[in-house]
Amino acid sequence: MPNAIEALTAAQVEERLDELLGAVLSSRRTATEPAKTMSALTRPEQDFALHWAGVIAKSNSEMAYQFVDRVAQAFELMDSSGVEGWIIAAMDTYDRNGLYPGSAAFRDVENFAAGLSQGHFAATFENHVGVLEKYVKGVSGRALALKADEQAWTDTETLYLPETTCSFDSVQMNFQLLKSMTAYLWAQTRFGTFRIDRKTGVPIICAEIAKHADAQRALEIFGAVEEVRVMARMKRELPGLVRQMNEWTAPSRSNPEFELFDEVVAPLAHPQSDVQDSLAAVAEIIRRKANCPEASLFRGTVDLERVRVAARGRVEKEKQLFQSMLATMAENLGKPAAEDSDPAETAASIDVHAETGDLDDWSLELTIDGEPVEPPSELMEAASSIVQDFGAMPDEYLVPAGPGDYRSGDEAAESSGDAEESPRDGLHYDEWDYRRNHYRKNWCVLRETEMHPGDVRVVEEVLEKYAHLIAGIRKTFEVLRGDDRLQRRQKQGDDIDIEALVENYVDSRQGMEMSDRLFTKSRRVDRDLAVVFMVDVSGSTKGWINVAERESLVLLCEALETLDDRYAIYGFSGMTRKRCELYRVKRFDEPYGRRVKERIAGLRPQDYTRMGVTIRHLSKLLLEVEAKTKVLITLSDGKPDDYDGYRGEYGIEDTRQALLEAKHAGIHPFCITIDTQAHDYLPRMYGHVNYAMVNDVRKLPLSVSSIYRRLTA
Amino acid sequence: MHTVEVEDYTIADKPYYAPQSQEVELFESAYRNRIPVLLKGPTGCGKTRFMEFMAWRLQLPLVTVSCHDDLTASDLVGRYLIVGGETSWVDGPLAHAVRVGGICYLDEIVEARKDTTVVIHPLADDRRVLPVEKTGELLRAGPEFNLTISYNPGYQSVLKDLKQSTRQRFVALSFDYPQKALEREIIVHESSVDDVTAEALVRFAAMTRNLRGSGLEEGASTRLLVHAAKMIVAGIAPVDACNASITQTLTDDPEMTASIHEMATSLF
Repeated sequence: MPNAIEALTAAQVEERLDELLGAVLSSRRTATEPAKTMSALTRPEQDFALHWAGVIAKSNSEMAYQFVDRVAQAFELMDSSGVEGWIIAAMDTYDRNGLYPGSAAFRDVENFAAGLSQGHFAATFENHVGVLEKYVKGVSGRALALKADEQAWTDTETLYLPETTCSFDSVQMNFQLLKSMTAYLWAQTRFGTFRIDRKTGVPIICAEIAKHADAQRALEIFGAVEEVRVMARMKRELPGLVRQMNEWTAPSRSNPEFELFDEVVAPLAHPQSDVQDSLAAVAEIIRRKANCPEASLFRGTVDLERVRVAARGRVEKEKQLFQSMLATMAENLGKPAAEDSDPAETAASIDVHAETGDLDDWSLELTIDGEPVEPPSELMEAASSIVQDFGAMPDEYLVPAGPGDYRSGDEAAESSGDAEESPRDGLHYDEWDYRRNHYRKNWCVLRETEMHPGDVRVVEEVLEKYAHLIAGIRKTFEVLRGDDRLQRRQKQGDDIDIEALVENYVDSRQGMEMSDRLFTKSRRVDRDLAVVFMVDVSGSTKGWINVAERESLVLLCEALETLDDRYAIYGFSGMTRKRCELYRVKRFDEPYGRRVKERIAGLRPQDYTRMGVTIRHLSKLLLEVEAKTKVLITLSDGKPDDYDGYRGEYGIEDTRQALLEAKHAGIHPFCITIDTQAHDYLPRMYGHVNYAMVNDVRKLPLSVSSIYRRLTA
Repeated sequence: MHTVEVEDYTIADKPYYAPQSQEVELFESAYRNRIPVLLKGPTGCGKTRFMEFMAWRLQLPLVTVSCHDDLTASDLVGRYLIVGGETSWVDGPLAHAVRVGGICYLDEIVEARKDTTVVIHPLADDRRVLPVEKTGELLRAGPEFNLTISYNPGYQSVLKDLKQSTRQRFVALSFDYPQKALEREIIVHESSVDDVTAEALVRFAAMTRNLRGSGLEEGASTRLLVHAAKMIVAGIAPVDACNASITQTLTDDPEMTASIHEMATSLF
């Protein structure tokens, strides 16, 4: 039965493509070829392709061209869900790494299709990284970072794992292999494969391997030798895992070809053996020209250069960090300083026992002025890393160095290790792209800062202005406070209900049955509420609106202090997705005092209004508070709007998605706005009943309080 | 007056308790000096067992109250009941312990509301009296009365913390998961499992405790390890025993469950 709707001809397709891709077409590159291949598709496939071409073109026309160039081939190799997967993957690559990798992803449709057929069984990094991260943290006690790469390897700080693992035909087996790779990489860092030479600060293997004439071959042999040693150590800690991994070990023990190898490496199974012993074995094997087994399935590669670079950076940093921590401790816990005492007199004598081989069988004993002191966890963590690197605590580290030598705040920022330039201490959030119907991962960067304080007199003026109304506001809120309610005629309770008892006594004397509902119970109705106020301080709030917002906050705070509700106030603005700003006015656990008032006074119009990321961040905050009811209230003057295209439908849809996420998490979002056009878009974002419009900005201050009261009664 | 029999609450057989540090001596000293005691530590690390041990050692009855947020002052002090058409006063566990002497142990005190907790204040300072308004009595605690409360400071809750006005009346003993060797001993004693398995269980617990704050509220307590050990002795495969006794007890999150399961399969 032929298609009722006919397929488009090449000319028709080309016409559509010219419209969509005009920007990247020229006399030398036309849409003719792609149109020709696409004319062979069925009409539904063509519609699909053209629709997606339009969507992609909105992001980047070049990407759209690459897409149409290959889409016909894609349909030959895959079904439509496979093709869609290919599109999403390529666009993700584009988002993360830019145009060239993105285009390459589109051109590479054959590989993608091949991966897809195996995909059913593959264990992907993305699917399993959550579980693996926790696994590593649990097993090792250290939060090692996991990242995807082409091969499995580590630079001792990060474990790199392959994107896709597909050696078996079941997901479970592939996952077990991926887990084994992860565990083996961790074990290398843990059991000293990359031990550092104290004199040179360079990992021992870097220097030793280079000494061999054929360094490449030496490295391969080292891999095989070290595997024996590391596996022996692992076996003592994780016997179940090693049993499984042994199934994937390259054959050796029973194979006569490797008899010599086995002989040389036998001593490495000893629990005290270290990387030096492995290197000695390597030299021996080369000398005796023994054969080596191939790499086991779970063994990754060793990149000497990157290991060396990572180690060098880390060693210096950790030494400084450790020493300055000691100094700070000594200062804080030392003798109370006399007027002119020398800080050096607060002597800290420290003892350390080096590791004996078990997972965490070393200890740090700290004595300050002869008194044993429990080492704080940050010090233990820093020490643990050092001991892992060196196998012991170097003596010169045990001297406290002045804290001025090291700014520990920078350390956290430096070691974030992001390839992209990441703004200092920013948090990443996804953003919803409604056109593509999926999230742009880690698209926005949010920074939280404190609102710069203004003049507290501004607040006092507001209180004066509304003085006659504040008492009234407080009264209306007092009604909402939790109170005790007495329940009568209960089966059990704290007190006897005399009325009920008397009645029942009379009844029983008359021969009737006596009820057992003779008690009173006092039930306390508790208000268990936590609220976050999200205040729009974008540039559009300049003038009257800014004043009104400030006044609203002042009155609101006065009212909230009457209740027991926990509340927090944050201003939000920002410019482009990389600079989303959140201004702390009041944290949850902060009292409403002078500081908060100063910050309210300091509210100033800023830049743009990117709402989605703010909602996501504040939702996270609310989830950390324990309360039966959680509310997120937005004070805004208009639509979401940011400089880099975050406006119109895109902005509204992302905001709506963020609000839905909040609702799913049990948070109640609400919006108070002065935008008279609010009815056009607020119902879509917040829902029909979850917003309130105040049509006169001067009425905002009072309205906010009464709206809050209604909302939470 | 209708009261509870003291004999029901006295502990006859010596309970097994392996001290972690000086807690036995400290508790005895506090008792003899008539100072109330506060036990703090995570769940399942021996606080209740310690109380049983001390009650046995001092030969005192032990009354335990598990606190919750519906607990009222009447639940602690007592109330009037109707018996055969007559009102009759019944002591609550606190009043009873004060009257006849003994240890009153209020477990997880922060779960109770603050207006309930203040009932213990006059008992917890040198007055050592309990006013019973409804009967018009002022009960004075003799030398054989001790008040002990417990809570878990690890729960970072805005609502549930112990106020200074309450805390500063007590001698505080801190409990934590036992050191590895001791924990192994305890597991072996309580379940009769072999040393190797006990060792592996202790390692498993350490791994879960590493995840505290990374998605797990609490790591595995010693109690859970004993459960798992008992099941292993009864013939259940170690990985299954860990899954049922520990993994599924600690968390419902699928990713976390998977991770902990992988740890178990790596160990056994």
